[in-house]
Amino acid sequence: MSQATATAMVDAQDVHKYFHQNEVLRGVSLQVKKGEVVVIIGPSGSGKTTFLRCINHLEKINKGRILIEGEPMGYREEGGKLVEDREKNIARMRSQIGMVFQRFNLFPHMTALQNIMEAPIQVKGVPREEAERRARELLAKVGLSEKADAYPARLSGGQQQRVAIARALAMDPKIMLFDEATSALDPELVGEVLKVMRQLAEEGMTMVVVTHEMSFARDVADRVIFMDGGVVVEQGKPADIFSNPREERTRTFLRKVLEAEA
Amino acid sequence: MNPIQSFLKSYNGAAVAHNLFAPLILQGIIITIILAILSQLTGAIIGLILYFMRRARLKPLGWIAEAYIWLFRGTPLLVQILAIYLATSYLGLARPLQASNIFVVLGFDPTGYATALRPFISGFIALALNEGAYMAEIVRAGIESIDPGQMEAAKSLGMTYWQGMRRIVLPQAMRVILPPLGNEFNSMLKNTSLVFDISLYDLLGAAEAIGSPSFLTLELLTVASIWYLVMTTVWTFIQSAIERRFGASTREPGGGKFNWSIFALPDRLFRQSAGARI
Repeated sequence: MSQATATAMVDAQDVHKYFHQNEVLRGVSLQVKKGEVVVIIGPSGSGKTTFLRCINHLEKINKGRILIEGEPMGYREEGGKLVEDREKNIARMRSQIGMVFQRFNLFPHMTALQNIMEAPIQVKGVPREEAERRARELLAKVGLSEKADAYPARLSGGQQQRVAIARALAMDPKIMLFDEATSALDPELVGEVLKVMRQLAEEGMTMVVVTHEMSFARDVADRVIFMDGGVVVEQGKPADIFSNPREERTRTFLRKVLEAEA
Repeated sequence: MNPIQSFLKSYNGAAVAHNLFAPLILQGIIITIILAILSQLTGAIIGLILYFMRRARLKPLGWIAEAYIWLFRGTPLLVQILAIYLATSYLGLARPLQASNIFVVLGFDPTGYATALRPFISGFIALALNEGAYMAEIVRAGIESIDPGQMEAAKSLGMTYWQGMRRIVLPQAMRVILPPLGNEFNSMLKNTSLVFDISLYDLLGAAEAIGSPSFLTLELLTVASIWYLVMTTVWTFIQSAIERRFGASTREPGGGKFNWSIFALPDRLFRQSAGARI
């Protein structure tokens, strides 16, 4: 194992994933360094969301492996064969990987504050007072201090998504995964969520972002990955990908998307 | 005199009023309520266990659960009650159970009327087992109504399946489960009357015990019916109060003040012990 892969935050090696007969990921290899912001773009059905969900083992992979800081995610070797890891260990690794979902998935029976406090208390055993203090800090960070006691049903989509980001951050994750975090939002609410994501990127958070927001990819990404048909077609600096894509498939996709945006 | 007139003439309205608060009847009401609550709670727990057996990785557990549900939903409740009553004698439990009295066990004895534990325990077991088979479907419908994204969010935060179930999914499923659970309890209050067939002095058993020897059968059945109506009516009010409290009818998340203490209790215990260690 080379030095570079050993220190990579995420190291995906030849990841394959089938849904029944359908091969959704056909050998994805991708490294994410500490502090790097990687944005994955591509047409729907390209496998980008599935790949993201494989990183924290919400989807099981059928071949290949994913290392988080050198530690295999979801599987361990036993007698030369890969078997699914114990639940406790998967949960421990997931607790260090924040995830933000397209549909927010806030807990509707808890207030914004309780949503954020829940995992630190239940998973890490953080004392209640400490968890609440931290939760209030995070709500302030996402600009929702006054919504601490509001239930998710009383919040707009953009507000819910910001609470969801705060909830993930409460676990002090090493890396944040964003699965089309703005796709379910009304257009006027997209900006407030992207602003929080930008701020996180500036603070040096390691991020893997699946998105259709090309402006975000262009401005914030350290590296843009273009996926299509279950493989990484092309990757590079945003400037190169957007102004000078090498692959025909990338050109076609960008032309369609940028036309739609214009 | 036409048949209706002769019926009205023979029907002893005064006997209804006279027996409405007879000690044996009041004792029967207590037995009916205790039996219904115990059976319903146990049935709900069995239903929850059956749900987890059905989705267990170990397939035979699922087969056992399916067979159980098939058996208890496919045979008459009365048959199950009689079978379990008889089973107590095959298991050699008939004599010790017959010898002890419910109210001695409970610590008070209002009528001094022998109320053996054997029919009570047999009835309780049969009602709970039967109810469990029906609750299994209600629990499943409740849990499956919750967006799978909820469990995914819980897991993504590092919770285990059980933590996610207990803290996130079950409290939400409770809103969906409560209305049918309330209806089940309404049925349960009346289904308990089947145990009079194994000579338990529940409400119906008590009515029979007074009515048969005195040839006031219909009058005492009226007494029993009045009390069943009182119980189911009171329960209807309690049920809607509970559902309001849990926001079940509003369908708005967070609409009810939510504190399902059964789920919260282990946390409190844990937190206290954790505090003691510090």
